[in-house]
Amino acid sequence: MSTTPAPYRSNLPAGGGGFLQLLHAEWTKFRTVRGWMVALVVAGLLVVLMAYLATFHHQNFVQAGPGSPVVVAHPFVPLGPSGEAVTDTFYFVHQSLQGNGSITVRLSSLTGLIEQSSGSGSLGQGHSQGSSSQTQARPGLVPWAKAGIIVKDSTRQGSAYAALMVTGAHGVRLQYDYTHDIAGPPAAVSTASARWLRLSRFGDVLSGSESTDGAHWTTVGSIRLAGLPQTVQAGLFVTSPPLVLSRVFASPSASSATAVFDQVSLAGNWPQNTWSGLRVGAGSVGAGTVTPTLGAGGFRQTGGTFAVTGSGDIAPAVGDVGYTPYESLQGVFVGLLVVIVLGALFITAEYRRGLIRSSFVASPRRGRVLAAKAVVLSAATFAVGLIAAAIALSLGDRLLRATGNYLYPVSALTELRVVLGTAALFALAAVLALALGAILRRGAGVVAAGIVLFVLPSVLGASYLPTSAEQWLLRLTPAAGYAIQQSLVRYPQVSYAYTAANGYFPLAPWAGFAVLCAYGALALGLAFMLLRRRDA
Amino acid sequence: MSDEATIEARDLHKRFGQTVALDGLSFTVSPGQVTGFVGPNGAGKSTTMRVILGLDAPDGGSALVEGRPYHSLRQPLRHVGALLDAGALHPARSGRNHLLWLAHSQGWSARRVDEVIAQAGLQSMARRKAGGYSLGMRQRLGLAAALLGDPPILLLDEPFNGLDPEGIVWMRSFLAELAGQGRAVFVSSHLMGELQDMADHLVIIGRGRLVADTSVAELVASASRGLVRLRTAEPARAATVLGEVGATVATTAADTLTISGLTSECVVGLLGQRAVAFSEVSVHRATLEEAYMELTREAVEFRAAVAEEAPR
Repeated sequence: MSTTPAPYRSNLPAGGGGFLQLLHAEWTKFRTVRGWMVALVVAGLLVVLMAYLATFHHQNFVQAGPGSPVVVAHPFVPLGPSGEAVTDTFYFVHQSLQGNGSITVRLSSLTGLIEQSSGSGSLGQGHSQGSSSQTQARPGLVPWAKAGIIVKDSTRQGSAYAALMVTGAHGVRLQYDYTHDIAGPPAAVSTASARWLRLSRFGDVLSGSESTDGAHWTTVGSIRLAGLPQTVQAGLFVTSPPLVLSRVFASPSASSATAVFDQVSLAGNWPQNTWSGLRVGAGSVGAGTVTPTLGAGGFRQTGGTFAVTGSGDIAPAVGDVGYTPYESLQGVFVGLLVVIVLGALFITAEYRRGLIRSSFVASPRRGRVLAAKAVVLSAATFAVGLIAAAIALSLGDRLLRATGNYLYPVSALTELRVVLGTAALFALAAVLALALGAILRRGAGVVAAGIVLFVLPSVLGASYLPTSAEQWLLRLTPAAGYAIQQSLVRYPQVSYAYTAANGYFPLAPWAGFAVLCAYGALALGLAFMLLRRRDA
Repeated sequence: MSDEATIEARDLHKRFGQTVALDGLSFTVSPGQVTGFVGPNGAGKSTTMRVILGLDAPDGGSALVEGRPYHSLRQPLRHVGALLDAGALHPARSGRNHLLWLAHSQGWSARRVDEVIAQAGLQSMARRKAGGYSLGMRQRLGLAAALLGDPPILLLDEPFNGLDPEGIVWMRSFLAELAGQGRAVFVSSHLMGELQDMADHLVIIGRGRLVADTSVAELVASASRGLVRLRTAEPARAATVLGEVGATVATTAADTLTISGLTSECVVGLLGQRAVAFSEVSVHRATLEEAYMELTREAVEFRAAVAEEAPR
């Protein structure tokens, strides 16, 4: 105690203890463990590899001769007025209408046939397109069988139209330009209860109304078809989409419908004054049809009565027609597995070695340490996810195109959203794992939790669970975030197996993404709270 | 003394479930000296250090560094350098990169890292993965990390663990040098012998309570007080002679007695009167270890009793 020197004064430069320094420190931590950097690159490479595996085998080859496969062009897919892929296949009894006018009909019968594979009672099982020799049909009307009157730009597939129709099970509808659907009264048609339909054109405006007796009319809707030419094709139409059973593996059964029209009355200038029949979409079929059809269709006129049979659909194209960017990104979950492990290790490795104490001694404000970790981790995984998704998409596109597949038209904005969204999935998965790591403090537990929450729902849902369970999983679990990758829109007016495996998610892209973000925020919030409260 | 480079613990309480780790512990660490923080394993040394560094929240009381709670320090490594657990390293990260992230967290560059690497004598292995370091190397790396901010306070938990004798000598002189520069050096150890000839002051705890807060000189003096050592060829006779006048005599070796209750002059006089032959009379000077054992015996016994009652 005798000669105590003066207290020590350092002459070290000031430095700083702010958040930027903390970010720098966490980045240094991240980049100096080589295994983590390797894992990051591997996560990206896995996404690209999975894109290759998911797309290279979708080959539209036919065996032209022994040992010489030939790439066959995909079926022609018409584009609708706003550039979306559509189905436009129906039987059309039409003539020209010049200027304004209207058509009124009475629909007195709507019946149908559904394709049935011979030998087995289960529909669609093992059925393959083109082997029609064994096909039989049973009576039955599919819910979205459509019969009614239509005003259409031209007979070209994909041209603008408005149609007033009676459907198999969805009542009267006014539909136009493929994606739009206005519901009328929920009425079916039979010989006992016929239904009058009237479609009028006045300039760009088309109005549909319906009646049960031909005297009292109810307006179903009025819509505008901008740019409709002076002369349009108008008349009767019948079409019937395939029956969709339930899930991915059952291929749909083609169907046809037959409608009986009478009391056809026309107003306005109909110069041809005679009806001609046309199977719209018949001549444009490539290697296979976009929408499986049953029979050739046709019409029979007996006096003022028309019996029209048609098959196909007038609707947005969904399903197995082609591929979307999602096809190339189906393997993203494999990359996410690696990212989850990485995100967990970034903090649990510190807990395991007691290094977390060094971190908190250097930066006593623990919330900031976690925040800095989250920023560094999300930035690194986002960057890798972005590059990987961009490469995977262009690789997948190229492979699919090279093998004669159809790719749904996707806007640049949507494609950007899919790529950025995939990168964001990487970042969010990493941050979620990080937050869970801070909560659980054990790597194995976090990785297990991450897989259960994030990877399992999509993998299980796509292949093993009933559709309803899958849909709920993809609404409620963090896996809802995968929705950000979807580029297809689900249409209630088209029956289809809208499953994740087919590229459809129960939530809209941003809604699903918001669910994942909510999980991330929740986990981070809990982690912040526990970090502050617990001894380190 | 709030502004000075000190650590101040006031009435610290901490329990982990049923176990009381700290039970009203108070002490102060002063600048310019090595303060040994001594107690048996489980006495609460590491808990105290974690509380000082804001890692564990005390159930009661407070710990201040330079008069402030640790968590309020904006650039804490400038104020306190700590070595808690030399094994707290990522095995795949090199020692230099470990120091680098610490430096970056305070806004310092790699140059400062290289300075402390040199200071701790780590140049040869700094760029190798820390997973391959011996415990001694890890202690050196931990010391380098503690020195990164050139802090006026150093807080080291069992820094001698795993060091070879050469390393222990190096560490002792290094810590003494740091204290000589005016820093407060607070070093915990469960072995008093490690602190011999280095510590100036001692904070001794047992069962989470302060046993002694004293300078080394005082402690040794108090433990040595009144003891006289006698070497004689007739220990039995000498014991009888000395016992007759009321002194307490203990036989410490075949030819050595330790006597309390008499000064050395009295012992010499008595033995001369009775003509008991002796070869040496000396005032006994207790080792630090002995003084410590004396102090903590009670605490150790208590712990042993508890352990018997509730084996776990």
